[in-house]
Amino acid sequence: MTIADQVTGTPIAGTAGAKPAEARPLEAKPRAAAPAISLPAIGERELRLDLFRGLALWLIFIDHLPPSLLTWFTIRNYGFSDATEIFIFISGYTAAFVYGRAMLESGVVIATARIMRRVWQIYVAHVFLFTIFLAEISYVATSFENPLYTEEMGIMDFLKQPDVTIVQALLLRFRPVNMDVLPLYIVLMLALPLILWSMKWKPDLTLALSAVLYAVTWEYDLYFSAYPNGFWAFNPLAWQLLFVFGAWCALGGARRMSRILASPVTMWISIAYIGAAFYVTLTWYVPQLSHLMPKRLEQWMYPIDKTDLDVLRFTHFLALAALTVRFLPRDWPGLKSPWLRPLILCGSHSLEIFCLGVFLAFAGHFILAEVSGGAVMHAVISLSGILIMWGVAWVISWYKRVADKSGAKIKNAVGNADLAGGG
Amino acid sequence: MKAKVLLSLVLLCGSLAAPAARAGDAAPAAAPAAPPACELPAYLLSSESQLPKVAEAIKSGKPLEILVVGSRSTTIPSSEDASYPARMQAILKDKLPPSEAVHVSVEIQSKKTAEEAAATFVKLMEAKRPTLVIWQTGTVDAIRAIDPDDFRGAVTEGVAALQNAGADVVLMNLQYSPRTETMISVPPYLDNMRVVAQEHDVPLFDRFAIMRQWNDQGQFDLFSPSRGPELAKQVHDCLGRALAQFVIDAAHVGPAQQQN
Repeated sequence: MTIADQVTGTPIAGTAGAKPAEARPLEAKPRAAAPAISLPAIGERELRLDLFRGLALWLIFIDHLPPSLLTWFTIRNYGFSDATEIFIFISGYTAAFVYGRAMLESGVVIATARIMRRVWQIYVAHVFLFTIFLAEISYVATSFENPLYTEEMGIMDFLKQPDVTIVQALLLRFRPVNMDVLPLYIVLMLALPLILWSMKWKPDLTLALSAVLYAVTWEYDLYFSAYPNGFWAFNPLAWQLLFVFGAWCALGGARRMSRILASPVTMWISIAYIGAAFYVTLTWYVPQLSHLMPKRLEQWMYPIDKTDLDVLRFTHFLALAALTVRFLPRDWPGLKSPWLRPLILCGSHSLEIFCLGVFLAFAGHFILAEVSGGAVMHAVISLSGILIMWGVAWVISWYKRVADKSGAKIKNAVGNADLAGGG
Repeated sequence: MKAKVLLSLVLLCGSLAAPAARAGDAAPAAAPAAPPACELPAYLLSSESQLPKVAEAIKSGKPLEILVVGSRSTTIPSSEDASYPARMQAILKDKLPPSEAVHVSVEIQSKKTAEEAAATFVKLMEAKRPTLVIWQTGTVDAIRAIDPDDFRGAVTEGVAALQNAGADVVLMNLQYSPRTETMISVPPYLDNMRVVAQEHDVPLFDRFAIMRQWNDQGQFDLFSPSRGPELAKQVHDCLGRALAQFVIDAAHVGPAQQQN
């Protein structure tokens, strides 16, 4: 297994997807034997994580609005992976960073309890968003009776059975459009104690097991069922690979990989892969180019499945991450610049800002429908949404600072979820 | 933490809810005499796929029997005569030579998914023996969030059944419905219908893109909450015209066989 394979993956979808991840444990095993996991020193915040999570939050917000000019700035138009990959990877990284430390210092039971508290917070946030969604569609159901759309109004039928629907929503089986990420996050966080416990013992084996689960999911078509039918739009059994990979990187994997990441071979392979992915996406928007695509390649490649985290998407994310780590050093002075401050602020309060983004997308749709739907209005909504996200992130930071100052006597050295950017 | 999120969101809610109802709620002024021009760019009305059986029927002067299979969005409640199949029949009669007998029948299968509709096709085709079947589908599947792969399989089977029974097929996709955009995830169903149309060389009448075009141009205000049937009638009139034009183009009916 060469370095090349690690970055680009092997061409057979499904089982082979596990190979790049499985390869690492093999070569890293001798070294991994003595210290199971190692944690970077606490204290200095990893601003790059905040920056890119903030960026992911903005992009998710823009992608949830109807398409407009701004949509062209989102990365999903330039390659296979999109903001969801960034969000889940960084979430895995920070969650492992925060709760991995807790597990080392306070033990498995305490760490698990704290993770469960975090899961509860995310769950409550999800239910809150669902309530807003219910309010919006109940309003539409009562005020909108255009005979042109009697059929589409059938979507409101579930309002006739609130007993079933609300229970299904509480069970995370009924998820309206755009409300798929938090349930995925909840399931991944629920599995986190197990992941961390296993990583404490053998990090590389854990990553290998995660890759095996991913491969088995593809091979046997495993899924989470949804209500009233269908399945989860993000299959946790597949997406866990990215989350576990993030956790593995946080617990020392990134450091052990630094030689590979610094190698020019990795860089050129990443660049080549990203370039090829860009060309493929270009053919979606400029159909004239598509006859230059070999039919054989198209047949092998499509569909690039988001539900099950296609290998092409995963490797595209790996290539992007490899380049980012290389060209954006940890101590890059730009990270302290006021221009990136809004992104970093949003990234450091990810749960709040994520929920706010979903809500703002609902509100944006609502304004576009109720007030006016012009391009100017669209731009205004997108920009003010981002400004609101920034403003709220600033308020939360400010409040936290003030609250921390007044509560300084109960200094918690362990650090809470938000210290490292939220779990 | 939770309290903070809540507070900030509630505050936001207040500021965002301020804009009251849409300014001009009334339906676009009904102009009974002059129907709105249903202008569309040419690419929305053309297809590379053809309708050989329709072309042959017109050429040999045989009656043109068209069957529209669709869900509830194929009709307007309590004004069926103004729905697009009826309008298409009128326009086709107008455009084709007077000797050409055109008959459009409608089979509404409300609340049936593509799979459920496709299961009825063999019997339906035995009973009706149409030259052309226009199959409008996708909406029920999108509402029920049917697995897009299953949906594609069902549409493929349905198209094959119609073709095996000896009819030309036109696929028609979903309506553009801006109000329900946040509630119904439409793109997977549009994409899969396009794929099936390409694979089976069947013309696809892109109702979604057409209606969005009208809405974006300001031709129709599809956000309108109006309860009256006027808007629906006008949209269906334009859809009927566009569909008639689409069928004539895909059948390559020469100008000699077309009255204009």
